[in-house]
Order: sequence, then C-alpha cells, then structure tokens
Amino acid sequence: MEFEPKLVGFLCKWCSSAGADLAGVSRKSYPPNLVPITVNCSGRIDVNHIVRALKDGADGVLVSGCHPGDCHYTSGNYKTWRRVALLKHVLEDFGMNPDRVRLEWVSATEGEKFARTVEEFTDEIKELGPGPFSNAKE
Amino acid sequence: MPKNKKKIGAYWASSCGGCDVALLGLHEKILDLLDFADIAFWPAATDFKYEDLKGYGKNELDLTFFNGGIRTTENEEIAELLREKSELLVAYGTCAHQGGIPGLANMSEEVDLFDTVYKGTPTSTNPENIFPQESTKKDGQTLNLPGLQERVRSLDRVVDVDYTVPGCPPPPDLTEDFLDLLVKGALPEKGSVVAGTKSVCDECSREWNRETIDELVRPQETEIDPDKCLLDQGIICMGPVTRSGCDGSCPEANMPCKGCFGPPPEVEDQGTEMLNSLASVLQLGEEGQALEQEKELLSDLPDPIGTFYTFSLSNSILGGKVSEGGENDRT
Ligand code: SF4
Ligand code: SF4
Ligand code: FES
Repeated sequence: MEFEPKLVGFLCKWCSSAGADLAGVSRKSYPPNLVPITVNCSGRIDVNHIVRALKDGADGVLVSGCHPGDCHYTSGNYKTWRRVALLKHVLEDFGMNPDRVRLEWVSATEGEKFARTVEEFTDEIKELGPGPFSNAKE
Repeated sequence: MPKNKKKIGAYWASSCGGCDVALLGLHEKILDLLDFADIAFWPAATDFKYEDLKGYGKNELDLTFFNGGIRTTENEEIAELLREKSELLVAYGTCAHQGGIPGLANMSEEVDLFDTVYKGTPTSTNPENIFPQESTKKDGQTLNLPGLQERVRSLDRVVDVDYTVPGCPPPPDLTEDFLDLLVKGALPEKGSVVAGTKSVCDECSREWNRETIDELVRPQETEIDPDKCLLDQGIICMGPVTRSGCDGSCPEANMPCKGCFGPPPEVEDQGTEMLNSLASVLQLGEEGQALEQEKELLSDLPDPIGTFYTFSLSNSILGGKVSEGGENDRT
C-alpha cells in the first residue's frame, strides 16, 4: 500500500482556517491527509506543539497564518515565523528533515492556495517517506 | 546508638562524582545527619559491596540518594535493587533528574562514542582497535563488563522516584533544606522536586527591561553589564525555562544560567520552550521589517542542542538523535 502521510495543520482562525473553509465551499479537492486544528492565531502555536505532533506520530506539520501585516493580533505570525525558523535549524541537528515543518501564509480569500498547499505538502512528505515517529500505516 | 536510628544509602550511576562530593560538602551538617542516620551503603565514601546491599531486606534503607543517570546495565540493575531496598528513593542531582550532561551522548551512536573515547581523543593510541567488550575470554577465564545501553535515561524513567533534589550538583543549602525536612518528617508530597516552583528569573536580581535583542553574543565575547538581564544583552540565558531554587547563582556570578535545575513545573521541554522565548525577543528593527535577516541570525546559532539541552536532552520530547524512517522509539 502506498504510504499515506499523516499531517497536522495548525490554522489560525481569522485567515487560514477561513481559507480552508473557502476551499471547502468552493469545492476544491485536495488530499485528505491533513488534520486541521484551528487556533486563534498562528502565534498561539509554539515549538512544543509542533515537536509534540512530530513525536506523537505526525509525518509533517503545517503551520498556517495570516500574511505578514495581516495578523488579527498584529504580530503573532512574526513570532511564529521566527519560532519555525529556529525550530527547523534545531530539527536538522536532531536528524529530522526540516521540511517536515512547513509555514504558509493563507488568507481568508485564498481557498485555492490552501488546497494547493495541502496537495503540495502531502506530495512532498510522501516523497520524504514516514517521519521518525510515524504512525501512518505503510 | 538510639534504637530508631535511620539507615541511609547513596549511590552513583552515570555521573561525574560531583554529587558525591556535594554530599560530603555538607561539612559539619553531615555530622547532624550521622546523629540521625547510619550510612548503610555509599560506594563513593565507604567500603560497601553490592553483596551487602543484596543482603538487606525490602525497604531496609530509609532513604537513598541516587545520583547519575542510567547508562549501563549495571546502573539499571542497581537502580532496581536500590528501589527495592529503599523506603524513599531520591534522584539527587541533574543526571538522575534529567540525564544531565552525559545525556548529550544521546546524539551519538555507540560505535561513534567508543571510537571517540577509545581511539579518537588526542591522548589515545589504539592501533589494534581494542574496544571494551561485554564478555572477554582470557586464559580460560571469562571476564564480564556491564553493557552500554542505547540511551542515557533519567532515574525516573527506570524506577519510581520519591523525591528529586536538582542541580549540577545540588547546592549545599538545598541539600540541607531537604535533610531538615526529612529529619522533621516534613517532606512534601511524594514525587516533588524539592526546590523552587518558579523560574530562575524569578530569583535573579538583574534588571529585566523586556528589551528586544538584535544580536546573540557569547559571554566570553563581550563585557557583561552586571546589573542588566543577560538575555536583554543578547546572551543566551536559560533562566526563563529553568526551575528556581539556586538563588540565581550563575547570573549572580555574571554567567548565564545553563539550565541545571531542569524545567519549571508545567514545562515539558526546556529546549523547545527556550526557542519560544528566544523567538519572542530576537528582532531586528521594527517588528516584521527584517524577517529574513532574523531568520538567518537564528539559523546561525552554533551548537543549538548543546546550548538548549545542556542538561535535559534525555528527558526532552525527542530525547536525542532521531533517524528518518519511522523506526524511532516513541516512549
Ligand atoms: S534571563 Fe537570566 S539574567 Fe535575565 S532575568 Fe532570567 S535568569 Fe536573570
Ligand atoms: S543559575 Fe541555572 S545553571 Fe546556574 S545553578 Fe542555577 S539552575 Fe543551575
Ligand atoms: S490571527 Fe492569523 S496569524 Fe495571527
């Protein structure tokens, strides 16, 4: 059976989650591998959440928030941007492929971009294979 | 000898010996301890053998101070034996508490460790590639050595631990406080880490101005302002993600906290938590103006794992080196 990655998506409520809804109501199709978790702001997602998800079996983690300048809480997405940058650097040292963590800005009007992001990310992780703690069935 | 005199033990597993010295560093206080209890097992200071320990009944030792992490089959065996023989088992010092500095070896495979230690160091010559073996036959005799385990683990990952006294090594007054509580029968709830319940910043006397920083500097590269928060000065200080209880002794001595008391309550992983802190304060100019450069600055940080997990790699979420491919131990 083909490897079907398990992906966790942390989506901010104001932009990315709305973007995901738009993808749905506009009937865009994209792979079902991502489990979306809506949070108030991408700034709510800290490094622990991402590392925990990877440790508990996710093959990839998507963090998605409002575009720079558009965060509902002014600067949450900038903080997340820096956290993710730092985390990727550390993950690499741990021996994990940093591409397993992806940050993407998706606005409420970008249903198409959301669908494309999930599609791309799913393909990319399929390519990479199961994560270090994967619990996806092979 | 009073009839109700207690029996205590102390043991070293994978550690440097500093924690045993710290116990001896109690000076006169140790005499008070000896009024209260007899030493019934302490390989670093007295001539007891494992056979003596095996001869004790269940819970015959009232309390054992266990220092060091679990690295070898011997460490594990004695941890289990001491657990059985001790009413109270205390993880004493960072290695027993968090794996400690030896836990950083979780970033390397056994072959690489052996290669470095028995061949690679500037002071070793080993042209015949002789490495320690768990079992060796020589002149009709078999010699056995304890085996190295795959990972360094903290004591509580191997047996139940009743109390933890943290620190590398625990400062004397913390140990004294613990002994006072023990003598008075006033120890807190089992499972407690007997130290502070906040972060080192809470007891640090430096002035914290919530500044953002635009560069990271190492303590040896700069003249440190003795009154200002080190993090405000761009020096990585683990104070925000480290349990209080040492009176901020490193920042008081003009050095950043390295994290030896382990994470504060409610914090699972010192390293990831520190990444959060750092990402919040590191900023070039106006927020959002220089994201790419900030990203670069953060990615240039040397030796992140040695910096953020100096003492707690064993107990971190990832626990050490991982390999791609879903084969890693999820515990
Ligand atoms: S970060 Fe370090 S120097 Fe600053 S307040 Fe905390 S412990 Fe003190
Ligand atoms: S300041 Fe930090 S490293 Fe220094 S003794 Fe206290 S907890 Fe340990
Ligand atoms: S609200 Fe969308 S990133 Fe902050």
